[in-house]
Amino acid sequence: MNKNIDTKKIIISNPLKLDCGKEINNFPIAYETYGELNSEKSNAILVFHALTGDQYVSGKNPITNKDGWWSYVVGKNKPIDTNKFFVICANVIGGCMGSYGPSTINESTGKQIGTDFPIITINDMVNAQYELIKYLEIEKLFAVIGGSMGGMQVLQFVANFPDKAKLAIPIACTSSHSAQNIAFNELGRQAIMADSKWENGFYSNYKLNPDKGLAVARMAAHITYLSEKGLQEKFGRKLQDRDSLRYGFEADFQIESYLRYQGSVFVDRFDANSYLYITRAMDYFDLSKQYKENLSDAFKKTKTKFFVISFTSDWLYPTSENREIVIALNSIGADVGFVEIESDKGHDSFLLDVPSFLKTLGDYINSTYKVINERRI
Amino acid sequence: MKEEFNIISNLIEENTRVLDVGCGNGDLMKFLQENKTKDIRGLEISKEKVQNCLSKGLTVIEGNAESDLKQFAKSSFDYVILSQTLQAFLNPEVVINELLKVGKKVIVTIPNFGYWRVRLQLLFKGTMPVTENLPHEWYNTPNLHMCTIKDFYNFCSTKNIKIFKSIALKKSRISEINESNLNYKNLDSHLGIFLIES
Repeated sequence: MNKNIDTKKIIISNPLKLDCGKEINNFPIAYETYGELNSEKSNAILVFHALTGDQYVSGKNPITNKDGWWSYVVGKNKPIDTNKFFVICANVIGGCMGSYGPSTINESTGKQIGTDFPIITINDMVNAQYELIKYLEIEKLFAVIGGSMGGMQVLQFVANFPDKAKLAIPIACTSSHSAQNIAFNELGRQAIMADSKWENGFYSNYKLNPDKGLAVARMAAHITYLSEKGLQEKFGRKLQDRDSLRYGFEADFQIESYLRYQGSVFVDRFDANSYLYITRAMDYFDLSKQYKENLSDAFKKTKTKFFVISFTSDWLYPTSENREIVIALNSIGADVGFVEIESDKGHDSFLLDVPSFLKTLGDYINSTYKVINERRI
Repeated sequence: MKEEFNIISNLIEENTRVLDVGCGNGDLMKFLQENKTKDIRGLEISKEKVQNCLSKGLTVIEGNAESDLKQFAKSSFDYVILSQTLQAFLNPEVVINELLKVGKKVIVTIPNFGYWRVRLQLLFKGTMPVTENLPHEWYNTPNLHMCTIKDFYNFCSTKNIKIFKSIALKKSRISEINESNLNYKNLDSHLGIFLIES
């Protein structure tokens, strides 16, 4: 939630025309950077975060006091080594970590914007972040990288700005949100809106918070991030702090307790309206539709190198959907590599300690950086 | 290996677009990248090998040549290479046709089952041949459709596939194959290398 923390922030004064037709200006983008930009400005990597992520990729997250969401990937001597790369990550618009979103205070009323906030899309998010890249005066990024919704932003970024990144790595994502994904998002939104404390999105006016609805949304979503095998191996039918069933509705099983915990910690750090807006943006994402049902056309103008990664046990953004991106790129002769990484950790694999993923990603980024720099010389 | 790489490299013109089908750990890709062209892609079925290639910064796609060549546009590569893997496909004819679609030219290398050492094993020992080049036993071999240099030569003429160049390799000795020496080369070479076009 938008607590008074010391976030890096810029105000974008250029008007931004949103897909919904509305225009926004003088809006904040909160961001964080890691490492140093080199003198040639050739080592910048823009990382896009996923649905519930934020700008705190690595190190300690000042809000949660936990490790940044991609600490396995980004940091000193990590696969994306911040001794070498300058890593930028911005909170998406619609988010609740300092960028323009439903919990932003409307200066004229002194209240949160709530559901008066306009509907935003992945395209809007990417266009807003491009303003940050301009502000940082980076002519060309070395790479744009992201998993899940972050991967969708990678695809949209390259489509919108074909000459602004040398390398694009979309991970565990899709070019078009499936019916199943929309269905899960709708379940989450309905849980929030069914909470009587939601107050049509103006809960902050009443000093309320739809914690229960948001927690249920998180619990349902969390299941989709794991795999059946992973769940079974980690929890099975193990009981929580008890030797036998209690014949009631308490959390008898460890998995119940785990999900309840995940729900409860989530509401402390995330805004319910942001959850509604960002899931909506994901549902609206359909890159092929933007290009008259021809996904290849989204990448026709770009020379960006692509590396697509999927995970065997990810059923939320399955390999088949990632492969469609690869196929679209191959059909126009784009430079694309692809691998499906073996993992039991489901969609969440990209956030976790999956050694073959971390090694392949790190080696690929480093050797590509070397090759691209050599070519320039 | 090195001889095969050299021959393949000599068949390829500089700065052309190349696809290596069944690229393994990317050794040939690396070799060609250093000697011929930077614009080279790979297709490989083994996850582990794909990860090895990507770790080296090579552009490789995990996939199966029998189903995944379709996604490449017609004639989108100047050369498509299939090095010693034709015999491992369920349907080599389909793969050859796909290769000829994707590549303007195709380089196929085949371990020659007509090599005299191979023939002798079957003739005298009465067992399926196991050689340096074909190290598997009958029960664990990935090779489903072994063929000889002569078989492939005849296949091309039956299917109206143009052979631009056909080269026989014996240890490190390189020679050209033609209509008149075909029977001899088929007996005396362990590897055949063909540059073909539809």
